[in-house]
Amino acid sequence: MAIRQPDLEQEAFPAKGSPLAARVRLEADPEEGWRLYCSGSWLAERLDAAVATLKQVAGRLRDTRVVWDFSAVSQMDSAGMMLHLHYRRRLEQQGCRQEFLGRSQEQQELEALLLRYLPGERGRRRSIAQRLLAPLAALGRTVLQGLRDWRAFLAFLGENAVVLAQSLLHPLSLRFDAIAKNIEDAGVRALPIITLTSFLIGVVIAYQGAVQLQKFGANIFIVDMIGISVTRELAPLITAIVVAGRTGSSYTAQLGVMKITEEIDAMKVMGFDPQRFLVLPRILALMIALPLMIFFADLVGIFGGMVVAHLHLNLSWSEFIHRLQNVVAVKHFWIGIFKGPFFAWLIAVVGCFRGLQVSRDTESIGYYTTVSVVNSIFLVIACDALFSVVFTELGI
Amino acid sequence: MSSETAAPTEVIRVREVVTRFGDNLVHDRVSLSVRQGEIYGLMGGSGSGKSTLLREMILLLRPQSGSIRVLGKELDRIGRAEAAWLRRQWGVLFQSGALYSSLTVAENVAMKLREYTRLPAAVIDEIVRMKIRMVGLPDHAADLYPAELSGGMVKRASLARALAMDPRLLFLDEPTSGLDPIGAEAFDRLILELRDMLGLTVVMVTHDLDSIWTIVDRFAVLGDHRVIAEGTLEEVIHQPHSIIRQFFWGARGRLRSAHGQ
Repeated sequence: MAIRQPDLEQEAFPAKGSPLAARVRLEADPEEGWRLYCSGSWLAERLDAAVATLKQVAGRLRDTRVVWDFSAVSQMDSAGMMLHLHYRRRLEQQGCRQEFLGRSQEQQELEALLLRYLPGERGRRRSIAQRLLAPLAALGRTVLQGLRDWRAFLAFLGENAVVLAQSLLHPLSLRFDAIAKNIEDAGVRALPIITLTSFLIGVVIAYQGAVQLQKFGANIFIVDMIGISVTRELAPLITAIVVAGRTGSSYTAQLGVMKITEEIDAMKVMGFDPQRFLVLPRILALMIALPLMIFFADLVGIFGGMVVAHLHLNLSWSEFIHRLQNVVAVKHFWIGIFKGPFFAWLIAVVGCFRGLQVSRDTESIGYYTTVSVVNSIFLVIACDALFSVVFTELGI
Repeated sequence: MSSETAAPTEVIRVREVVTRFGDNLVHDRVSLSVRQGEIYGLMGGSGSGKSTLLREMILLLRPQSGSIRVLGKELDRIGRAEAAWLRRQWGVLFQSGALYSSLTVAENVAMKLREYTRLPAAVIDEIVRMKIRMVGLPDHAADLYPAELSGGMVKRASLARALAMDPRLLFLDEPTSGLDPIGAEAFDRLILELRDMLGLTVVMVTHDLDSIWTIVDRFAVLGDHRVIAEGTLEEVIHQPHSIIRQFFWGARGRLRSAHGQ
């Protein structure tokens, strides 16, 4: 009782607009009312013309007699039949009396089959009030979601603090090999990109400054400018942003994948606390690596400025270094380094937290990785602003 | 059903297929054929290359040599347009379902219809809901995301997606793996029903002996890089090859052989 077994040769290649395409023609019926002549093969991908005609015609047929004539239809699949059923229902609602001609045995079987599974009218059309309230409902959900995120984050921080306290009491329980490996991944392997960005930042600052300073003949002050701005603000900030994009995202993705593949559950049931084995080493590693990377970025950034000063302002290397030693207070350098662990903590904590939030589906990895990077860059900049205010108020 | 037809048409013909990955020989001149309207099983132990053969039939892999003919098209010299046509004639159910996780079940099922046809959205919606009912999912499943479905529901949703365009050929990669025995049996019955209702030809990779006993019309056993046996259950089960003896007369198989008949 197979319903559709079209023969292979006839159907070899349907071209658009071929005589095989499904068509509908509306004509006046010889007796009374209208007649819909259907022809061609009513297969899903050839229904375009029929759909267009039916759309045009259906609105006009009201309270009349309509005869569907299927005698010229060669094949029909369920999409074709559903199209017919859809318009049949619509005409019925418009008060038409419908009759059917020339349906093959197969088509009737198909119809019976589909009618068995036909879904009812979707009664779930939302009312206008509901639709107007939808934005408010969405807002409420977002706020709730934010609050839930906060609670989860606080719980995460709490767990983290407990694990950290335990590790400090028993320092030998720290996963030193994991920390070392993470320092290599997050720190050493990031040096090329840090070199490039901080060198360019040094160059850009020096160029912009040089033009202004030259006007006043104050070329030598380029040293103060670069020395202070790079060590105190730019190197820490740029390094932290690069690390947030590079390492923060990879923390989220790594932990997220482990969550999906149930590795984290496996660790839990074996008694390995993921906080101790995965999160803490990452946080500590980044807190160690980031200040070192900032130091490195200081060197490269100042060197970038020095190159521009040499080429553009004819300031010799030794002059530059001499003034750097005499004028730029070492506190600026220490403030920059001091920010490192704080930025690192923010990046690593956010990255790990978002990674552990990943749920079962693959899409959430992408979502949480994005969220993690956006969060950590924002937090780094906010934290930097806070430091600026505090240090200025303290007069440092 | 298909055994009654006088001259069965070959829907898929595999001839002398050789596949190797690096030094690893998977298929050594494998030949088999699938007839119109039957449920055909590809059987064999893990690593015997059943899934690889399936992937070669659906244009995901290319064999080193040999020919595969699907619905009259030679796969190794198929053009773009022909391949596109062929891809609309089949539905594939992957082992893990492979539903698009960013789309709801209804959107997953509607995907091909939206891309390949210009049907009104309302009609597509009705077709989708009809298919979802047809595979035995409750109506409310339509608006769920794949992550919210159980294993059995994922398989059913994925089957609904495979059936969206009324394919002629249905490829199933281990459809019952990961299902409980009751769910697996229900799924087998569903495939049998759909085959009868829609006139499908079904090719399934399986190592589920129950499926072989209950729904498969003919099957091939892969082993030692080749087809060890091909035919109906009665034809295959009494062959003396050691792999077949292990399959059907090992502890699990014997139980089934004793009770199944």
